[in-house]
Amino acid sequence: MKITDIIRFAVRASVGYPTRTLLMLLAMAIGVGSVVVLSTLGDGARNYVISQFSSLGTNLLIVLPGRSETVGGPPPLLGITPRDLTLEDATALLRSSYIRYVAPITLGAAPVSRAGLEREVTILGSTPHLFQVRQLEMAGGRFLPEGDASRASAVCVLGYKIKQELFGSTPALGETVRIGDWRFRVIGILAKKGQSIGMDMGDIVIIPVASAQALFNSASLFRIMIEAVDRDAIARAKDTVVKIIRARHDGEDDVTVISQDAVLATFDRIFTTLTLTVTGIGAISIAVAGILIMNVMLIAVSQRRAEVGLLKAIGARNGQIIALFLAESAILSILGAALGLLVAAAGTWGIERAFPEFPLTMPLWSLVAGVVVSLVTGLVFGVLPAMRAARLDPVLSLSRR
Amino acid sequence: MISLSRIKRVFTVGDEEVNALRDVDLDIDTGEYVSIMGPSGSGKSTLLNMIGLLDRPDSGTYLLEGEDMTRLDDSQQAALRRHKIGFIFQFFHLVPRMSAAENIELPMMLAGMAVAERKKRVEEAVEAFGLTDRARHRPDQLSGGQRQRVAIARATIMQPHILLADEPTGNLDRVSGNEVIDILESLNRQQITLIMVTHDPELGRRARRQIHMVDGRIESDRCPSINEKGPAEQPRE
Ligand SMILES: Nc1ncnc2c1ncn2[C@@H]1O[C@H](COP(=O)(O)OP(=O)(O)OP(=O)(O)O)[C@@H](O)[C@H]1O
Ligand SMILES: [Mg+2]
Repeated sequence: MKITDIIRFAVRASVGYPTRTLLMLLAMAIGVGSVVVLSTLGDGARNYVISQFSSLGTNLLIVLPGRSETVGGPPPLLGITPRDLTLEDATALLRSSYIRYVAPITLGAAPVSRAGLEREVTILGSTPHLFQVRQLEMAGGRFLPEGDASRASAVCVLGYKIKQELFGSTPALGETVRIGDWRFRVIGILAKKGQSIGMDMGDIVIIPVASAQALFNSASLFRIMIEAVDRDAIARAKDTVVKIIRARHDGEDDVTVISQDAVLATFDRIFTTLTLTVTGIGAISIAVAGILIMNVMLIAVSQRRAEVGLLKAIGARNGQIIALFLAESAILSILGAALGLLVAAAGTWGIERAFPEFPLTMPLWSLVAGVVVSLVTGLVFGVLPAMRAARLDPVLSLSRR
Repeated sequence: MISLSRIKRVFTVGDEEVNALRDVDLDIDTGEYVSIMGPSGSGKSTLLNMIGLLDRPDSGTYLLEGEDMTRLDDSQQAALRRHKIGFIFQFFHLVPRMSAAENIELPMMLAGMAVAERKKRVEEAVEAFGLTDRARHRPDQLSGGQRQRVAIARATIMQPHILLADEPTGNLDRVSGNEVIDILESLNRQQITLIMVTHDPELGRRARRQIHMVDGRIESDRCPSINEKGPAEQPRE
């Protein structure tokens, strides 16, 4: 028997029972479609989070006050309140040769007003190094001036959006705005760079760190962002940071240093697991489709008993009958998978339309996996019905007993 | 050509044993025309299926062209069915979703024959059986007589030596029934061995050799035309 004949026979048989065929195609399409869509979403979420973190800057270390790592050992008997991070701590870090930039950060919210327009805005106090660390871009003017970080000065850099709100299309450079009780001169406008993890850099006002500390009446820092000289220096820079801070904090390890790489690796792990999990859940629906295929094929075999008997009477070997029925479930699975890929493509397109910022690409492995799994399912669950057909007694099948 | 000796076939239904064939001895030569008659349940179909290798005896030997059939495995038997034996059934057993031509082509497809040769043979058969304008029709668009002609074309397309027909006219009116018998008899004249089960005494009497079965045994086996008396004058037993 020729392979083309097997395929043609199986296709004709599928077309001969359209309801049953549509049902099976639908089940398989839903299975494969959900696997591909779910893995695409999972992969998209992972890429999104990772790109957000990468856009923070490169070779980044973040120093947070307080010790959050758990390293085992007995808990301290007395609750130790961690020391605040100070501007002096930040300046001290610059001594390390592994560190290129240090940007101390103070964060708060204050009303910002100009000519009767007023709004509560996030105020970020930092130093000129923030420009490099966060890889910012200017739309106009310049960033915070170099100089002694501990000296306040009444200048500010506006985010793109807040500039639009306060000034509209009139030039803002050199104008003054009121932040809290102080007046600041606008020296620069940030370029529109979009969202970056947790902070909308368009809706923000940047002022010198000392000014921010005065504004919020606090000597502590929210965190310190550091850029190591290169990728290889990250680990040593981290050690140095811990050492320097320990020396300044009476030998207490009361800060947490996170490296961007570690965060990225963690997120990568989390999201890969998540993707695999949801894909696995999708795969269950393929298995369900497989069971459906098996049932429908079993029904088909008993409906077509006379046909099987006839095939035997005109000389079909058992192997040929198995091949014919297996081909039928395999073809239905492949068509179902193809349909599923179309469904997935449509679904992905729809999601992309609804959330344009969310980057979606169908991972190739999920396409391959979807098709392979459905084919294997079709064959595995097709075996039992095909064997049953081959084992039918031709005399009984042909008689109308 | 066909040689059965002491063939037994027992079916178990529940606790009961049904002896469908009891020690049947039968020899049939090439080109014979044999009718098998007898009351319902006497084992006619079972005997035919045995000869056609669709069933295996519980004991006894079956030689087909000198070869012991009981020793062949399933796929060897399938090959013999494909090349040496043609079946015709009361209920035609055409594949409903396939056209007449495709039904006729089916045995050649299973045999893996080249497509060009298949097409050629189908064309010839369609013409020979007067189905030219019906070749593309599906079985449900054909009359009973046409369906049986398609079935005969399918049974003979591989040029078998033996044609086995189990009540081929059982579902046909007299006119198309006679047509079918004419076809079968003309095939028999071309040296195909024809073995036909029938309930119709008139049809049965047309065969040169008439076998009568009762309760799993061959009760009589006669060739009336060799006697001086004509077939119509044969006394029934
Ligand atoms: N597969 C089977 N299982 C059980 N009993 C069977 C089977 N096939 C045949 N029989 C029994 O064997 C006996 C002979 O059956 P068979 O079909 O050969 O009769 P038949 O002469 O062809 O009858 P009919 O004229 O009604 O077709 C019957 O009693 C039947 O009930
Ligand atoms: Mg019968």
